[in-house]
Amino acid sequence: MITINDLLVMLPELYLTAAACLVLLFDVFIRDEQRDATHWVAIIVMLVGIFLVIHGQPDMTVTAFGGMFVRDHMAEILKVTVLIATILMFVIARPWLRDRKLFIGEFYSLSMFSVLGVMLLVSAGNLITVYLGLELFALPAYALVALNRESKLSFEAAIKFFVLGSLASGLMLFGMSLIYGATGTLDLHGIFAAVGTTTHLHLLQFGLVFLVVGIGFEFGAVPFHMWLPDVYEGAPTPIAMYISAVPKLAAIGLAYRLLEVGLGPLAGDWRMMLAIMAALSLVVGNVVAIAQKNFKRMLAYSTISHMGFVFLGLSNPTPEGYASALFYAVCFALMETVAFGVILALARKGFECEMIDDLKGLNRRSPWFAGMMAIAMFSLAGIPPLWGFMAKVLVLKAAIDGGMLWLAIVAIICSIIGLFYYLRVIWVMYFEQPVEGAGALEAKPDLALRGVLSINALGLVAMIFFSGPLFAWCQAAFGA
Amino acid sequence: MNHSIFQMVCFVVFAVVAVGAALAVVSVKNTVHAVLALVLTFFSAACLWMLAEAEFLALALVVVYVGAVMVLFLFVVMMLDIDLEPMREGFIKYLPIGIGAAVIMLVEMLGIVGVKTLQIPAGANPAGASNIEWLGMALFTRFLLPFEIAALILTVGLVAAVVLALRVRTFSKHQNPAAQSAVRAAGRVRMVKMAATPPAASSKQESQA
Repeated sequence: MITINDLLVMLPELYLTAAACLVLLFDVFIRDEQRDATHWVAIIVMLVGIFLVIHGQPDMTVTAFGGMFVRDHMAEILKVTVLIATILMFVIARPWLRDRKLFIGEFYSLSMFSVLGVMLLVSAGNLITVYLGLELFALPAYALVALNRESKLSFEAAIKFFVLGSLASGLMLFGMSLIYGATGTLDLHGIFAAVGTTTHLHLLQFGLVFLVVGIGFEFGAVPFHMWLPDVYEGAPTPIAMYISAVPKLAAIGLAYRLLEVGLGPLAGDWRMMLAIMAALSLVVGNVVAIAQKNFKRMLAYSTISHMGFVFLGLSNPTPEGYASALFYAVCFALMETVAFGVILALARKGFECEMIDDLKGLNRRSPWFAGMMAIAMFSLAGIPPLWGFMAKVLVLKAAIDGGMLWLAIVAIICSIIGLFYYLRVIWVMYFEQPVEGAGALEAKPDLALRGVLSINALGLVAMIFFSGPLFAWCQAAFGA
Repeated sequence: MNHSIFQMVCFVVFAVVAVGAALAVVSVKNTVHAVLALVLTFFSAACLWMLAEAEFLALALVVVYVGAVMVLFLFVVMMLDIDLEPMREGFIKYLPIGIGAAVIMLVEMLGIVGVKTLQIPAGANPAGASNIEWLGMALFTRFLLPFEIAALILTVGLVAAVVLALRVRTFSKHQNPAAQSAVRAAGRVRMVKMAATPPAASSKQESQA
C-alpha cells in the first residue's frame, strides 16, 4: 500500500521532477533576451534541491514504494555532490553557451532530468529502478552531447555515446534478466538473500559478468573506455564537464547497489574482475594521456586512469573500501570542474582553448586562471598535501588492506608516469612563450563565472583541512 | 499427443523462427525486407509470450509494435532511399570469423550455464487472476514508481527529440502575416512636395546633347 510516507521519503526527487517540468514550461513563455531568468531559476531550483536532500535526511536508512527506493547516507552524499557539480556547470557554462548561440532553456531542463535520473539511480533498491534511473540519466546526456548541431564532431560523439551506451544498457539488462532467472526476484535485498539458496549459481555468476561490463561502461574503465575520449573531445565543453563529473558519481552508486547490496555474497567473484579493470585502466589511461595534444582528450585519458583508482577502492569489499572509493569520486568530480572551468572561461567565440598549446604562457596573460589550473593539475596528479593526494592514499590503503598489494604497486607506478602530463600543462603555462600571433587570452568578465570558479579552486585547497570530516561522513555512510 | 510435448515443439519452432528472422534483419540487403523480417521477429516473440500465458503482453506487442511502430518504420524506410551497398563491403570476408566467434561464445555459454536451465518458463498466471487484471494491479501498486519513471523517460525523449530536430532557421526568408496586415500607407509611402516645373539646368544639358 502506498502512503503519504512513501512520497515524503522521496521528496527531493518529486520536487526536482516538478521543478524540471516547470522550468521547461517557464522557458517557453519568455523571450530569448530574458533567458537569464531561466538560468537563475534553474540554479535556485538546484540549491533548494540540495537543501531538501540534506534537511530531510533521516538518520536511519528508510525505504519507500516497497523497497524500490532507498534513502541512505551514501545516496545523500552522492546527490549533494551531483547537485553541486551541476550548479557549477550551469554557472560556468552560461557565457560559453551564449557565445555559441546554444543558450537555450532545454539545456537546463534536460540537465535537470539527467540529474534526477542520477538521484533515482543512486537510491534504487530494485533492479527495475536501477535500470530506469540509468536510462533517465543517460538519455538527456546523449541529447546534450549533440546540442551543437552545427558541429559534425559533436554529432559523431553523440552517436558514438548513444550506440555504446545502448549496448552497455542492453548488456546490463541481459545480466539483470539472468539474475532474475536465477533468484526469482528483482529486489536487491531479495537477491542478496537468494544467492545463498539458489540452485543456479552459475547462471547468477554469468549474469554478474554482464553487470560488471555495464558498470565498466558507465565508469569508462578499460576495456570499455572507447567512448570516453571521443565524447570528451566532441561534446560541447560544458557538457564534457558534466560527463566528466556526474556519471562517475552515478556509477559509484550503481556499483555499490548492484555489487554490494545485491550480489555481495559473490564479492569473491567480482572483486578480481574489478581489480583487473583497475590495473588496465591505470596503465592505459596514464600512458595514452602522455601522447595527447588536445587538452580535453588528455583529461579523458586522465579520467580513465582515475577510474582505475576508484576501482582500487571498490576491489576491497568492506565499508572502508567503499568509503574510500566514494571519497575519491567526490574529490575527482570537483577537481574536474575546475580543470574544465578554466578552459571554458578562456574560450571565446571562434576559439575553443582546447589544445594544450593554447595554454602556453597563460601565467603572463592571466595569472589567476593559470593558478587555478595549476591547483587542479597538482590535485589531479596527487601532489601532497592537496586533496587528490589524500584521496589516492585512502584508496591505496583500502587496496592494501584488501590484500591487493600488487594492484597498489601498479597504481603507484602509474601515477608517477601520470605526473608527466599534468606537470607538462603547468610547464606550458608558466615557462613557455605564447604562440606567435596568438590573440590576447583574457578571461571573460562574467562575474558569476569568476567567482564560482575561484570558490571551486580555493575549495580544493581548503579541503586539505576538511578531508577528515568528509571522509568520516563517507565512512558513516557505509556504517564503518 | 502429450500437452507438454506439443508446447515444447511450439516453443522450439517459434524460437527458431524468431532467431532466424532476427538474423535476417541484420543480413538481408533490402531494407524493406529487413523491416518485414523484424515484423516476423516480433510476431514470433509474441507467440512465445502467448506460450508463457502472457496473453496481454503478446497482444500488446502485435498491436503496438507490429501494427503501429513497424508500419511507421516501413513508411520511413520506403521514403528514404538508402543505399547500404558500400556499408556492406567486407561483410562476406568477415562472416566466417564472426560465425566462429559466435559459435565459440554459444558453446561457452552453454558450458557455463548448462542446458538444464534452458527450459520453458513457467506460466505467468499468479493467484488465478487474469493477465490484464494482474498487470493493472502490479503497475499501479507495486510497480508504481518504475511506471512513473518510465513516463519521465518518455517525456525526456520527447523534449530531446524536439531539441535535436527543431531547426529555427534565423537566415531563412519567411513572411510574417501579422506584420503584413499591420502595414499602413504612412509606413510605406512617403509623400514629397516638389516643384512642378523641370529644373532649368537639365533642359539646357539636353539641348546641348
